[in-house]
Formats: sequence, structure tokens, C-alpha cells
Amino acid sequence: MKGFIEVISPGLLSTIQDRGRFGFRKYGVPVSGVMDEQSASMANHLLNNPSASAVMEITMMGPKLRFSTNTLIAISGADISPQLNGVTIPLNRITKVHNKDVLSFGKLNFGLRCYLAVKGGFQTKIVMESRSYFAPVTTSSSIQKGLCIPINNYESPELHLTSVKTDQSLFSQLHLPCTRGPEFDMLTTEEQKSIFNKKLSVTQENSRMGYRLEGYSFQYPQDYNMLTSTVLPGTIQLTPSGNLIALMKDCQTTGGYPRILQLSQDGINKLAQKKASDTILFTLED
Amino acid sequence: MNPYDLIFKPIGHSALLIEWPDQIDKNILGDILRLQSSIEKELETLLVETVNAYNSLTLIFHLPISSFNDIREKILKLHQVQFSIKSKSQRTWRIPVCYDKEFGIDLEDVAKQHGLTTDDIITTHSKAEYIVYFTGFLPGFLYLGGLPEAIHTSRKSTPRLRIKKGAVAIGGQQTGIYPSESPGGWNIIGNSPLLFFDPTQTPPCFAQAGDYLQFYPVDKKEHQSILKEVELRSFSIEPELS
Repeated sequence: MKGFIEVISPGLLSTIQDRGRFGFRKYGVPVSGVMDEQSASMANHLLNNPSASAVMEITMMGPKLRFSTNTLIAISGADISPQLNGVTIPLNRITKVHNKDVLSFGKLNFGLRCYLAVKGGFQTKIVMESRSYFAPVTTSSSIQKGLCIPINNYESPELHLTSVKTDQSLFSQLHLPCTRGPEFDMLTTEEQKSIFNKKLSVTQENSRMGYRLEGYSFQYPQDYNMLTSTVLPGTIQLTPSGNLIALMKDCQTTGGYPRILQLSQDGINKLAQKKASDTILFTLED
Repeated sequence: MNPYDLIFKPIGHSALLIEWPDQIDKNILGDILRLQSSIEKELETLLVETVNAYNSLTLIFHLPISSFNDIREKILKLHQVQFSIKSKSQRTWRIPVCYDKEFGIDLEDVAKQHGLTTDDIITTHSKAEYIVYFTGFLPGFLYLGGLPEAIHTSRKSTPRLRIKKGAVAIGGQQTGIYPSESPGGWNIIGNSPLLFFDPTQTPPCFAQAGDYLQFYPVDKKEHQSILKEVELRSFSIEPELS
């Protein structure tokens, strides 16, 4: 039996995401998918969903959602004070939801993005092999008021609530593991060392496409020119202004700025939980 | 012997960048695309996908690879033997463009900058043959090579916040078509009614790396009628083969 979740208010930026859209980069289509794979996997894992099931990625200020069916949910990642019918519910635990229940959010306590998983995953339309929102591939780029998002009905047997241990370093750790990028050598010898001990901060310009970082201005040779080439989520580019940009899941498939570093998946997960004025430090992986 | 030396650079643990000499060159593109197709066959089970650009090919793997040495050796072997392989036949797409000033809002400006008439710009732009190097920037945005030097035009100093879907534009040494509404700093000289990205179709783009494109002028009426057919998905575009 099918049901849905009705959007009473959408929050700041709430989108449906799975692991992403693969095999279409040759058409210029970004990968998309959850920004913090670790937290999204946790939410799915709690419900015994396949790890690639679509979840709702909720950013900073949460939506208000009304369920039209019984199901189970789990929320992982940032703590945005989730409440069911006005009563606080814990993160990283299964919560039973009934028809007409209302899920809302409050104050952001830590992190930036949380993941709402429902039993069986969100059942939105698959476009080009993925449910991940990305306009103009999908018609919408975020959930809107009045939208009814299809989910499955689930009548749960008695629950045995297992609580899981979470990795708080995801939120507190400022070290972002990375490797050297293809154009690392364009940095001066000194900068090749200092890039790993300069604390940088996240600017207001941060989105699912990328994060602009500031705090140190690198040298960008005036005559430096490179041909446009492939970039990936996690690619750290140096722009002519001397600042670094960390590309994230909705980034373009190609770019013309030198690729200085490449974040590991763990690095992307951690950066995805940082917000404006948070501090980061690149750490070279072996 | 293949004349091109390849450089291999890992990007993280699950992607490998292969680079050709730092040039925009059709022969390099041909070599990249031939290697891409043999790598996709040979390493199929390991690969998520591969992406090419002007002088590079990036392989994206399902799992982290502890050492790329074996893969590199395999690729070098494929690269050595492929040079004798004949290229596939050439596909050329004929693209209708309406250069009317209603769409070509920068056409007069571009003509003035070069001391030419708008007709000269239209003729030069539509006579040339363009090769698709790759798709990037936006879904369905083709990076085209072959814009005649006579109409190279620097980008506008202030980018526009909204450029219409289908806008045909010149930016520096490049020409391109905006597949969807987007901000952009290129000079707009016309509009094509075709869909360059359609998520309801497989594949979502008709033109691919290695294909050729040629523009032909249409008037406003024809633009309108093609646009209608495109919207109803009754317009079919077929390439010319040679």
C-alpha cells in the first residue's frame, strides 16, 4: 500500500537524494546524491533499507511534514531538534510514525545537514536512474509547500529499539582528509607545505555545488592557463582570486581551475556538515 | 606507434586522470575517444564511468584502487595497438538557428566590434563546421571547436543573470548553445529551437564528443514551428553520416 508525506512547510533547503546519478557525466550531468554519505547510510541502516535508498536531505532549518500513513523513520546527521507531534525524538534511533503525525524541526545544535529515512525509502520518480533532485534533470530542486512525497506504508511489529553509537568526529573534527590533486605542483614549494597547516574558514558561499573557503590567499600565477578538464565532488580548486573552492555533489562535471587537492569521501562527509565561519584544515592521507 | 605520450595522475583513490598533450586538437580528441571506447570494454566491471575533456580522460572506479600500476600498463598496451584502428564514420548534426535580432541581442554589438555587418557574422558562424570536444558546464552544454578567428569576441564584462534556453553565443574563441536557462557572460547572437538536453530521452543528448555540428539560419516563423514540434516531441533530428 502506498502513502505519502505532505509538505506543510519546506524548511530552508530540503531535497530528496539517493547515492547519485552515475553514467551521465559525459552529458554534463552532475552526480548529485547525499552530501554526507555516512549519515545518510546510518539512517537507512537503522531501518534496514538498502544503503542506496532515497532519503530527505534537510539543511539547517527543517521542514514541517505530515504523514498520511503508518511507517518507521530514522534521522541521522546534524541535530536540528526533530519533534514528532511536538515531542522531541532522538537521532539515530527508529521512531514509529502513525497516520496524521507531524514531524517538525527546531534549533540547529550541531552539524548542518540531517537525513530523514523512511522504511523502504522515498518513492519519488526515478529520472536518469536516480531519485536525486537536480534541476533541470528533475523538475524540482527542493521540496515545496503542498507537495505530497510518495512513501510506502509499513505496519511494524513490536520494535526492539537498538541505539547506535555515532561518530561525533564527523561534526567536531576540523581535519579533512585529502590527497594531492593533479595540479598540486602549481603551488609554490612553501605553499605545498603550508596548505596543510593553514586553518581556513567556510564562507557564506556554500551550497550543494561547492564551498568557497577563505583565510589564506594562495599565489595564482598571472599567466597560468589550463584547458578545461574533469572535476569531481571533493575536488579543491584554486581560483584566480587566490581562494580555494571545494566542489561538492552538485558540482559541474568539468572546470578550468587548477585542481590542488582531492577530498576523500570522509573529507566530503565532514565538509558537508560545516557551515559558514566553521574552521577546516586539510590533512594529507597516505 | 602511437605519437601521443600519456600522463597518468590519480585523483583520490578511485579516479584516474589520463592526460594528452596540452592542446585543443581534433587528432588528440580522436585518440582520446578511441582509447575511451577500448578502456570501457576492457575494464567494464571496474568502472562507474569515464569522462573526456579537450586533452584528458578520467576513469571513475566503483572501489578504491590500491595501486594503479596494473591498470596503467593495460591502458598503455591498448593505446599502442589502437593507432591502426580506423575511426568510426563522422556524424554531422545540422542545427537550425534563428539569428533575428529578437534573439540575437548582441549580434549588432559583435558585428560592430569586428567592423563587419550582422550578415557577415551570420554567414561566418553558419558556414563553419564545429566539432564537439565534450559536454560540461551544464547538462547538454557542448564544448565546440572550430569558431572562425574572424568572429572571436571577448566575453561581456558583466555576465547576464538570465540567458534564454537555446541561446547561441560566442565567448572568446568558443561558440556554444545554452541548453537551459542560466547566467552567462557570452555574446548572444541567436537561438536554436532544439532541445540539447532532454532527461526524458535515452540518451538525453543527441550530440556526443567527436560529432560535428553545423548551424543553418532559419527565420522567426520557422523557429517557432520547429519549437512547437520539439515541444510535442514530434521533431526528429538525424545526423548526416560521412
